[in-house]
Parts: sequence; structure tokens; C-alpha cells
Amino acid sequence: MPYAVETRDLTRIFAGKRHWLRKPDPEEVERGVGPTTALGGVTVQIPEGELFGLLGPNGAGKTTLIKILCTLLLPTSGEAFVAGHDVTKDVFPIRQRIGMVSGGETTGYGLLTARENIWMFSQFYGVPSKVAKERIDGLMKVFGLWDRRDAKVRTLSTGQRQKMNMVRGFATDPDILFLDEPTLGLDVNAARIIRDYVMKWLKENKGKTVLLTTHYMAEADEMCDRIAIIDNGKILACDTPENLKRTARMDTTFQLEVDALRNTDGFTAIPGVKNFSSKNDIGKNMTHLTFILDGEAPVADILSRIMSQGSKVHSLQKSEPTLEDVFIRMVGRGFE
Amino acid sequence: MSTFWRTFKVAAWLGWEMDSNWTEPWLFIIYSIVKPIAAVFILVLMYVVFAAIGNVRPQPLFDFMYVGNAFFIFVGSTLFGTFQVIQSDREWYQTIRYVYISPISFYVYVMGRAVSKIIVASFAVVITLAFGAFVLNPPVPITISWSAVPVFIVSFILGLFCLLAIGITLGGATFLMARHTQTIAEAVPGIFYVFCGVLFPLSVLPGGLSDVGKVIPLTYWFDLSRRLLLPSAELQGIQTGLGGFSDLTILAFLAISSVAFFGLSIAVFKAGEYLARKAGKIDMTTSY
Repeated sequence: MPYAVETRDLTRIFAGKRHWLRKPDPEEVERGVGPTTALGGVTVQIPEGELFGLLGPNGAGKTTLIKILCTLLLPTSGEAFVAGHDVTKDVFPIRQRIGMVSGGETTGYGLLTARENIWMFSQFYGVPSKVAKERIDGLMKVFGLWDRRDAKVRTLSTGQRQKMNMVRGFATDPDILFLDEPTLGLDVNAARIIRDYVMKWLKENKGKTVLLTTHYMAEADEMCDRIAIIDNGKILACDTPENLKRTARMDTTFQLEVDALRNTDGFTAIPGVKNFSSKNDIGKNMTHLTFILDGEAPVADILSRIMSQGSKVHSLQKSEPTLEDVFIRMVGRGFE
Repeated sequence: MSTFWRTFKVAAWLGWEMDSNWTEPWLFIIYSIVKPIAAVFILVLMYVVFAAIGNVRPQPLFDFMYVGNAFFIFVGSTLFGTFQVIQSDREWYQTIRYVYISPISFYVYVMGRAVSKIIVASFAVVITLAFGAFVLNPPVPITISWSAVPVFIVSFILGLFCLLAIGITLGGATFLMARHTQTIAEAVPGIFYVFCGVLFPLSVLPGGLSDVGKVIPLTYWFDLSRRLLLPSAELQGIQTGLGGFSDLTILAFLAISSVAFFGLSIAVFKAGEYLARKAGKIDMTTSY
């Protein structure tokens, strides 16, 4: 089966900011002044027609991978192919077949109308003007931007600009579409429209491929055929959402809400605790804990450790594993 | 070739929309007329001061300055219109990543974006020359013979082409810059203003500084434009430093240096693009 995207041991190291005359000291490296490994040997294969998800927290390397695949950035080492072409050498045939949309952006030429902005990009891709206009109008209706089609981009809200960029991404009808956090910062309805359209577009256009990065677990779970979990520039797991959850299902997952804990260091020392994550809710003065356990036996020890800090347990529930649990199981922390 | 032409057309359209759409059309037209005329008044005032404090021959030197300054309008506009594209698309509009990954020639895109600046500048140059010929008293004796028209057209195209090449060369450098673009925007035209015989003849520059001007193609463009547009003026009395060359020789210098700068612009632009892609700076936003 031909791969839409294929990477082999892809690595990207950013040199970081440092004075060219002296070497950075270790403390500077710690503070991010020195070199940073954004991708450390990523190998993935995405067949044509797949909706592939990259799931990981901020700074995991998702955007760096997309930038390399979109020919915006060169890798430090390793290989990457898009539509069978090498991203370092054959950029033009790649660019003819790809599209990219980044969420949370307010890009656009403010003096042009929304429609003109998108039309201009379609012309860069050689879409006949009449076809482009019809396609843009249809997409604007789908994404709820029709009423604002002739508004100058500078007058659009952040969400409307984001929708405009989604229309731009689809207007060129790419074979491979890179969606980098496409629903970031959008309201629930707008995010739903985008998710539904992406899935519909893939269903109706056989052979199209989407690489989606997100840190929304539910989004990845709902949309993706396969998901790669990425953290610190490394792929930790890559499988269907169901198979990933199945690995976590072998464990027992417990969620607890307790009074704010000062110290969460000792939980991993409890026998049977495979991993855990904690999240503080400062507003409510509470701590949310998620434990991945080897059976239910460790629960008593966990509770006694919490109560030994004078903290009260507000809720305790055993839950079905989610993708976040898979991530916690692998990394030992949640996304936030 | 069709990709280049398509890119050029769309980029030129975008540049025009951005340059002309910032206000109402009538205000844009008034601005386009008033701006060059205001610049003429500044020039006249400068000359009056020079004439008052120095021992200058009034009319021929004013004609020399006037035409040189009129054509210099192209320099600032074209240079700004080219190398500023990368900075503006990257920092202000934040569209550069989407333009860059489009199946276009980014070099041609930058060139296309400058077209609107050249159109607006051409309008300003025509107004300036017309103002000098018909409004100033005594008038600047601007005229051109039919036989000189072909040479003028060729030199005009070469001059603009050369300016675009210089602008794109600088654009290649701005791929790697965050905050020094404005400095370049002011410094480079300033250098050309001094060394290309715009305000005063090259021969007044001390020592070997006049040779600096001789390696810049714009010097030949300005000189040739003056020769063709001011045939009746007493320019022969002004030591331009290029008096020993015929019009066609000057045109040949301009053509050769334009081709050289075109090659240089491609090399520098490609090198800047490669280094920026390697360093991850193509779409950096620094908010400088």
C-alpha cells in the first residue's frame, strides 16, 4: 500500500539561542538556551486514505513534525517522504499535493475580504477561478462563514478567521491535509462543524489523507483511524484508538477528587501503582488524581496516604480507560 | 513557465489590493498626486539653500538634481516593495507559511508583490517630471526625441529589473533577520542616494568613492535617463564621471550589471531561503 506520509528515524534539533563565541553551560541548556531536541527519531507510516492523529501535550513535537512534512523546516537527520517525495529535495511535487491549516491563528491579509483571501490561495494552486469561487462559496456555507464572505479579514473575529483558514485548507482540494490543532480555541459548535466536515470529506473522497495533531483526547478518539502518542519528540505508541485503550484496559483506572494535596511524591512507591497524574484546581482548592493500577488492591494504601496529609476524599470512581489514561500509563503525567 | 506567470499575476494583484485598498479611491488618488508634488517642494527648497550657501551654476545643476530625484522615487518604492514582503508576510499578516508551502516560486511571488509599488512610483515619477516641465519657473527642459525612445524604454526596463534584483537580494538576507529590516529599508536607498549620482555628480565624491558608484548599475540608469530626457540642458558642463561613454555604452554597462545582479539575487535568495528553512526561521514571528 502506498504511503501518503512516511518518516524514518526523523530527528530535529533546534540550536537554540546562544552566543556564537562560547559554548552553553548545562544550566543554560536546562533553561532552553541551548540545543533542544524537538523530534528524536520519529518513524511513522501513514497509508493513503487514513485519518491519522498525533496526540501529545504542548511541546511534544507535533508541530515540528508537521512543519517538516509541509517543507517549511528541514530535519536534522533521518528521512521523510510525502506522497513518495523526499521533503528535503522534491518540494514542488509535495507542495502541489498538500494543504495545511494551523489552529489558534489569526492569519490573513486584513485589507482583503475573506473570500478574496481564500481565492488568492486557490490561485497559487492553479485551481481555475470559477471552480475555486464555487468551491469557496460552498465551503463558506458549511463552515458558517457565508454571511461574512465579503467582510474584510481585519473585521473578522478570531474564530471566524480560523474558519476562514479551514476553508482555505479545503478550497485547494489537497490529497494530503495537515491539520495542526484545527479546533484550538474554537467554541463547541464550531469545533463540531470542523470535526464533522473533516470526517465527511475523507469519507466522500477516497484516497485523501489527513494528519491531525491535537491535544484533545476526545477529538483524537472520535476522529482518527490510528493515533500516535508523542511526547518529548518520541512516538510512545501508535495504534487504533480502540487498541490503545485496550492496553490500558488491562490495568485498573481510578479517578479521585481530594482536597488540595501539598505532596504527591510518594504515590509511585505504593506497590501496584503503575503510574498516576495529578491536576490542581486552584479555584476549588482541590486536586484531581488519576491512578493506573495493577488491580484494586493499592486503593487502600492510596487513600491512607491522602488522608495522612489531612486531605479529604470527595469522590472516588473506577473508570473506563480513555486515551488520557493510555498517556498517563506511558508517561506518568497528564496533558495539562 | 505557467506557474511563474500565475504566481506573478496573483502576487501583483495582492500587492495592488494592499497598496490601493487602504482608503477610499478618491483619497488614494489625491494622496498619489500630492505626495510627489510635496517631495518636489522639498527638493526646490533644498536647492535654494544649496544655491544660497554654495557657488553653484543654477539651472543645469537643478535639472540634474531634479531628474535624478524623480527617478530615485523608484528606488525606495521598489526596494521596499520587495524585501519588505518577507517581513510583512511573516510578522504582520502571518501568512508566510501558507504562501511558502504553496506550489509557487517564492522568488517570483516577491517580485510580483513589488509590481504595485512600481506602478504607484511610476505615477509619482510622471507627476514629478510633469510638474518640473510645466509648473516650475524656469521649467526643467524635459523632452525626448523619437530616436531616443527605444533606448529609454530598454534602459527603463533594465533599471527596474535591476532594482527588483537588488531588492530580492536583500530579501534573501531578510529571511534570516528579525528586527533589522527597517534599518535596511533606510540605509540601502541612502547609500544609493549618495553614490549613484542622484543629488550631485559622482565626480564631486572624494578619492575612490566615485568608483563605488560605478559598480552600482543604478548609476548608469540615472545617468542615461538624464541624457535622454534632458538633451537640451547644459549637462555637458557637469562632470558626471561618465561623460566619456556613449549612450549605448552606458546601456551596455546597465545591461551587464543588471544580469549580474539578477544572478546574484537568485543565489542570495536561495541561500537565505535554505538557511532559514534549516534554522526554522521561515515562519518565525518575533513581534519586533
